[in-house]
Amino acid sequence: MTLKSFMNDAISPWMKNEGPEADIVISSRIRLARNLGSVPFPIIASGEQLKGITNQVEKNFPGSSKEKFGKLSFLQMSDLNDNEKRILVEKHLVSPNLMNKSENRAVLLSENESLSVMVNEEDHFRIQCLFSGFQLEEGLAYANVMDDWMEEKFDFAFDERRGYLTSCPTNVGTGLRSSVMMHLPALVMTKQLNRILPAINQLGLVVRGIYGEGSEALGNLYQISNQTTLGASEQDIVKDLRSVVSQLIEHERAAREQLWNQSQNKLEDRLFRSYGILSYSRSMESKEAMQRLSDVRLGIDMGIIEDVKGSILNELMVMTQPGFLQQYAGESLKPEQRDQRRASLIRERLKLEEQEEDHDGGGE
Amino acid sequence: MLCQECQEREASLHFTKIINGEKTEFHFCEICAKDKGENLSGGNNFSIHKLLSGLLDTGQALSSQKSGRKTQQPKPDIRCETCGMTYKKFTEIGRFGCADCYTHFDAKLDPVFRRIHGGNTVHAGKIPKRKGEDMHVYREIENLKTEMQKQIAEEEFEQAAETRDKIRGLEDSLKKKGGDAS
Ligand SMILES: [Zn+2]
Ligand SMILES: [Zn+2]
Repeated sequence: MTLKSFMNDAISPWMKNEGPEADIVISSRIRLARNLGSVPFPIIASGEQLKGITNQVEKNFPGSSKEKFGKLSFLQMSDLNDNEKRILVEKHLVSPNLMNKSENRAVLLSENESLSVMVNEEDHFRIQCLFSGFQLEEGLAYANVMDDWMEEKFDFAFDERRGYLTSCPTNVGTGLRSSVMMHLPALVMTKQLNRILPAINQLGLVVRGIYGEGSEALGNLYQISNQTTLGASEQDIVKDLRSVVSQLIEHERAAREQLWNQSQNKLEDRLFRSYGILSYSRSMESKEAMQRLSDVRLGIDMGIIEDVKGSILNELMVMTQPGFLQQYAGESLKPEQRDQRRASLIRERLKLEEQEEDHDGGGE
Repeated sequence: MLCQECQEREASLHFTKIINGEKTEFHFCEICAKDKGENLSGGNNFSIHKLLSGLLDTGQALSSQKSGRKTQQPKPDIRCETCGMTYKKFTEIGRFGCADCYTHFDAKLDPVFRRIHGGNTVHAGKIPKRKGEDMHVYREIENLKTEMQKQIAEEEFEQAAETRDKIRGLEDSLKKKGGDAS
């Protein structure tokens, strides 16, 4: 398989780096938790009860289409092999939880993969929309279409005072978790982020690093989401998140300018070193890969590194994870083999970029 | 900021707990948070059940401390008749067993939700179409009641009386509709 054809299958639209503010906001996600009133929540429901729900979903949705999503497809988690399941997780289409407990678990996927509905995760349904860049309102509108559609077929557990009833009390009310993944390298380098984060927490939002197997935030990627789901409307929750994220974007832009003005040479050296290492190394752990890719991405966004597309970070972030590496290799790999494959996949991806440059006569 | 648990590593997880308007903040590093049951590697499921159950327990501990040792004798646990979940189990695993748990545990839930949701206990968002317009009327009644309380507090009694009449009007219309429909 060529890298190009593999990429065509592997890349979801949100990885293409096309949405608004995509130089800093990698993706926007909306999640709605919904449950049936008549069946216990998945943590204590019987296999029969859970199966009843997946059967209902399979009967009602796949094959039919809404103009927004195209045709929906239905995947029983137990029909997938481990690597296929892992790839769904790496693409952020299902949670690790759904992968691990795959009996009577399923997912409904839209053609463009912007919509997925997990069936029998912590709640009976989790409607998720994933968009490239800063598109929270669009995501919410999209999720609402699916919510309304599902409501025609299912009687959701809803209470006048408490709203949508969920398994975890942290989700009750709107069932809405809205979150934005941001690339904040300049705020990290200038050590401003640690001062900003507590203030964000006080506004009722949660900030998390995107973690790998170790304990450090990988690739300067941070996810900001609403903490409370009860007492505010969906629109207000999204509006609050939007305003904080907008401010963070401003801060990150200012920090980039500060870096450029105060330590241009040091910055350029660091970013080009990372570019060099990605272009030539023969073995690379995922943690280092993320850091180097973050550097290169910053270089691209600041106009320092010119001959690579910005989507490379989003793509490689996903493609250098174990599931994808093994899929691409066509075999299962030991950790040290993965590090070698990771390095070679990155080199190959950068080469592909050069070839395209030649064809296009340089640049977008 | 250092992690409040180990005082060694930088804290990267921050929670705010609000009880009666008083804020308590929690700051943990990833490792300590993980010890507390945090699932950090999961890209999208934000599971804070263990930590949450800590918060729920704190609430109980506080109330039993206040009332002293005399009330320490075991109280009968509340149980959800539909799914069998007990309130004690709920505080342990931090999750409800079914939609009816909300009804069976209702007497205890306001403080829990207030703690988790920044002081809020009542839904203000989307209403399923199926539940119909009654819900919108219900919500307006709730809003008017809040308004009336405020007017009374500010000694604007005439306006409060007007608001009360509006509430009665809406409640009557609900009763009538209920009678017609069923
Ligand atoms: Zn710690
Ligand atoms: Zn129950």
